[in-house]
Amino acid sequence: MEYEVIVVGGGHAGCEACLATARMGHKTLLITGNIKNIADMPCNPSIGGSAKGIVVREIDALGGQMGKNADQSLLQLKMLNNKKGPAIKALRAQADKITYPQNMWKTICETKNLDVKEALVEDLIVENNRIKGIILENNEKIYSKTVILTTGTYMKADILRGSMRRREGPHGEKPSNHLSDNLARLGFIIKRLKTGTPARLEKSTIDFSKLQIENGDSEYHTFSFDNAPTYDVDKQIPCHLIYTTEQTHEIIRNNLNKSSMYGGLDDIQGIGPRYCPSIEDKIVRFSDKERHQLFLEPESIYYDDMYLQGFSTSMPEDVQELMVHSLRGLEKAKILKYAYAIEYDSIYPTQLKRSLETKLIENLFTAGQINGSSGYEEAACQGLIAGINAGLKLENKDPFILKRSDAYIGVLIDDLITKGIRDPYRLLTSRAEYRLLLRHDNADLRLREYGYKIGLIDEKQYYKLLNKKQGIIDLTNKLKEIKITPKEEINQYLIKNNSSIIKDGISLYNLLKRPEITFENIKHFVDIDYSDEVLEQVEINVKYEGYLLKAEKEVEKMLKLENKKIPLNIDYDKVKNIASEARQKLKEIKPTSIGQAIRISGVNPADISVLMIYLKKEFKNEYK
Amino acid sequence: MEDTIVAIATPLGVGAISIIRVSGTEAIKIVNKIFSNNNLHKVKSHTINYGFIVENNEKIDEVLISVMKAPKTYTKEDIIEINCHGGIATTNKVLELLIENGCRLAEPGEFTKRAFLNGRIDLTEAEGIMNLINSKTETARKLFINQLSGRVSNKIEKIRQDIIEVLANIEVNIDYPEYEDIEKMTLEMLKPRIEELKKTIRKVLDESKNGKIIKEGIQTAIIGRPNVGKSSILNALIEEDKAIVTDIAGTTRDIVEGQINLDGILLNFIDTAGIRETTDIVESIGVNKSKEIINKADLILFVLNNNNEIHEEDIKILENLKNKNYIIIINKIDLESKIDINLIKEEKVIEMSILNNIGIEELKQEILKIFNLNKLELNDLTYLSSSRSIAILKQINSTILDIEKAIDLQLPIDMIEIDLKEIWNKLGEIIGKSYENELIDQLFSQFCLGK
Repeated sequence: MEYEVIVVGGGHAGCEACLATARMGHKTLLITGNIKNIADMPCNPSIGGSAKGIVVREIDALGGQMGKNADQSLLQLKMLNNKKGPAIKALRAQADKITYPQNMWKTICETKNLDVKEALVEDLIVENNRIKGIILENNEKIYSKTVILTTGTYMKADILRGSMRRREGPHGEKPSNHLSDNLARLGFIIKRLKTGTPARLEKSTIDFSKLQIENGDSEYHTFSFDNAPTYDVDKQIPCHLIYTTEQTHEIIRNNLNKSSMYGGLDDIQGIGPRYCPSIEDKIVRFSDKERHQLFLEPESIYYDDMYLQGFSTSMPEDVQELMVHSLRGLEKAKILKYAYAIEYDSIYPTQLKRSLETKLIENLFTAGQINGSSGYEEAACQGLIAGINAGLKLENKDPFILKRSDAYIGVLIDDLITKGIRDPYRLLTSRAEYRLLLRHDNADLRLREYGYKIGLIDEKQYYKLLNKKQGIIDLTNKLKEIKITPKEEINQYLIKNNSSIIKDGISLYNLLKRPEITFENIKHFVDIDYSDEVLEQVEINVKYEGYLLKAEKEVEKMLKLENKKIPLNIDYDKVKNIASEARQKLKEIKPTSIGQAIRISGVNPADISVLMIYLKKEFKNEYK
Repeated sequence: MEDTIVAIATPLGVGAISIIRVSGTEAIKIVNKIFSNNNLHKVKSHTINYGFIVENNEKIDEVLISVMKAPKTYTKEDIIEINCHGGIATTNKVLELLIENGCRLAEPGEFTKRAFLNGRIDLTEAEGIMNLINSKTETARKLFINQLSGRVSNKIEKIRQDIIEVLANIEVNIDYPEYEDIEKMTLEMLKPRIEELKKTIRKVLDESKNGKIIKEGIQTAIIGRPNVGKSSILNALIEEDKAIVTDIAGTTRDIVEGQINLDGILLNFIDTAGIRETTDIVESIGVNKSKEIINKADLILFVLNNNNEIHEEDIKILENLKNKNYIIIINKIDLESKIDINLIKEEKVIEMSILNNIGIEELKQEILKIFNLNKLELNDLTYLSSSRSIAILKQINSTILDIEKAIDLQLPIDMIEIDLKEIWNKLGEIIGKSYENELIDQLFSQFCLGK
């Protein structure tokens, strides 16, 4: 039988991809090496975080699963940057490593049009540069109209620890040994990357009385726009803060040459993530720092492992014992799993279209770590986009493309396909130039409509969105219409609430602009009956109007350039007078618009001018 | 690419009128902001409109403005042409105002490029333009980097470095809020840094002395007792210079009695009270009055009469000239010498006779020497780009004021950071650096992060 979609890999990217295509009504097969590891969290027991938390909201707004699944698997939930501006708030959860995969598995089982098969994929069936299906380890062929590769770290995975290198994936799983070679044979540029994970410790052997406690928020939040909270704020599981000691640093310095990365192994090719350095890296690079901060995070309520965040290492096991025991409160801690580094193959992401379809092979999509990203959320959102676009392709529809001004997801994909990568890519707030517009609170306003059109958001969810939108418009108009005058009692009230008096009539809209005035004060002057979500939107719009306008103006500028399309059949060798570095980059990345071309490093404004003139001349009709 | 561009369309400093051309979707809106009548959006296309260019209610220049609405224009965009009163100072002031209000200085050939891209000119013409754009951008790029003296550009690099450290600190607080041993940047910490930044930017603006000389010319005063020949020296200078723009209230700062173009540099002769008085009116400008003039001027030409003895007042004025750029002229050397040169204890004086055409050339050379002007590159591009930098610095200055206001209002630091990032990018524009991944790199080199 032939499938419409095959998804290879059951991690966070794979789950979102197969759920999206199945929900869009396309017969889908998920192939995974081990069903038990579906939606597994092999590293942090955590979902969200700065920027990443906003991505989870975006996934939810588009009709993805990660937010809903996280809401049902919480150990602890926190709003980061809560006291700062609205643009950078983001949710971070400690998620239960047993419950999260279980809930995801349940959802997958309940989803129509979705089959699951346990197997390893080693090759692809390709005819005339178009994907036809996959070939399993046992040479079995399964045919499909589209294929989405979400292989995570499993292509040629090597576990590294001290001088040990072993061909295996996380949890000792079997890796795929030939898929990346076969991709290379098809013309893909393969890049070796590296990441790592710290040790897991036995909870009962830790002296928590010596550690600083880190609790979740005392107010309720949810990732999903559709869920009510299902957890109890008073029963959240805490994290704990630990610092490295002088003794820890000394042990690491004395044993440095035993670390895989510092001489233990001499054949390391993979480049590790800068945002996630090993503890030995931190001590070497920041040698004057007296201590480094670590977190102990609970993994699950069903077993005893604690995750030691900030302490990833590729030291041999005996040195790891010394290192862990040098930490306060962990003097007698038992190590259940040793830290390790892992090397794996990925494809260089500039070989992808914005839809995450590969440029080389039609109907083949890739998402997640195979594209050089890192992190569950980064993977999940790519899986969702790849799934949506595979579905749209099957329906003969235009691909769904998110712009940098639409979503963090758009920033991530544009960065990957335009700039390529040096080390595993992590989303950061600083990567988004329009972060003021890409907020936690407005992900639904930005994206739900798209989800509805694609078919992943139902009528009820859509109706809720329309209601919210209308509420925002109504309340804004109301505030603009209602004016207060400088009466004695009004000024008395303002003084009492640490605000300055008014001398002329002023609309409530302008009064709310004052930093010290909130809706609590506005309610003193007028009855307001709107949801907290509506109040939040209106207050942000009013208070930060100037900054928002500035950002929107910047977006407008960018969009003009994005709308200047570059035809796919352009031959850059025919464009005279382009600098050779720029020509090479343009040929490699094949930007689809002038806006994207400008973001390629090595392409200068002069090259852009020449390119635009060439386009005008050669593509008179297409080029607008 | 489709922003509104501006450039001076006529050769600089020559001719009684110069034309500034603005093209783009916001051309009318921007010019209207600085036009006294504020009615340009209402006037018919292809009309000429009389009024003033104003800045904060102050009249900068009396102008005629041609309004040409798209598409029947050279670039097929809205075009405004402002006819100003020539003179580098005025034209440049108007140009700067336009840039401050949202125009971008056009690249060489950009009007023509737009004309082509918008389908106004055909392919044959376009081939020629390709080469033009190529060569010109290369030149422009070099000039761009060379424009400010190394000292200023180093200074800007230093400011950027200071800013990026603050940016990285704020960003790291955002992206890694749980790292307790990373210092949290607060408004209180930011405030003195912004004050410092403001001071430095102002200093760079003030110190761009060469830039200022190119921009505004040298404020020159001719002083001396009555009947020493001040006016004949001025007339001699002016007569030799065919590109004279004379007897206009050129800038808003000082009354300019006349301007001459000395190898591309303007000498503005400022009001020297009585410089044009005829000989039979006995008038002494007095020591106090001359002090005032000396303070205002960048250059003082102090004229003595060869035919007179040195006056007590002359000695006093001479004392006031210390620490200023000045040149002593002994005029009327065709007459009998009654002057005692030893009294003025100067190594170099210029002996002059207007009647016999002696000394004028020597005077010019001396002026160029004093201001080191021989070394200045004075082609239009250098001039324009330096003016562009100054305009960017002024934009930065106004963003700094926004930041200060936001700090006073206690707005969140991550909002304020957006403006600070803008300043950092703008400074990068001045020295020709784009931001790329600089900030992310800084983040990871400055702080120890990660799980």
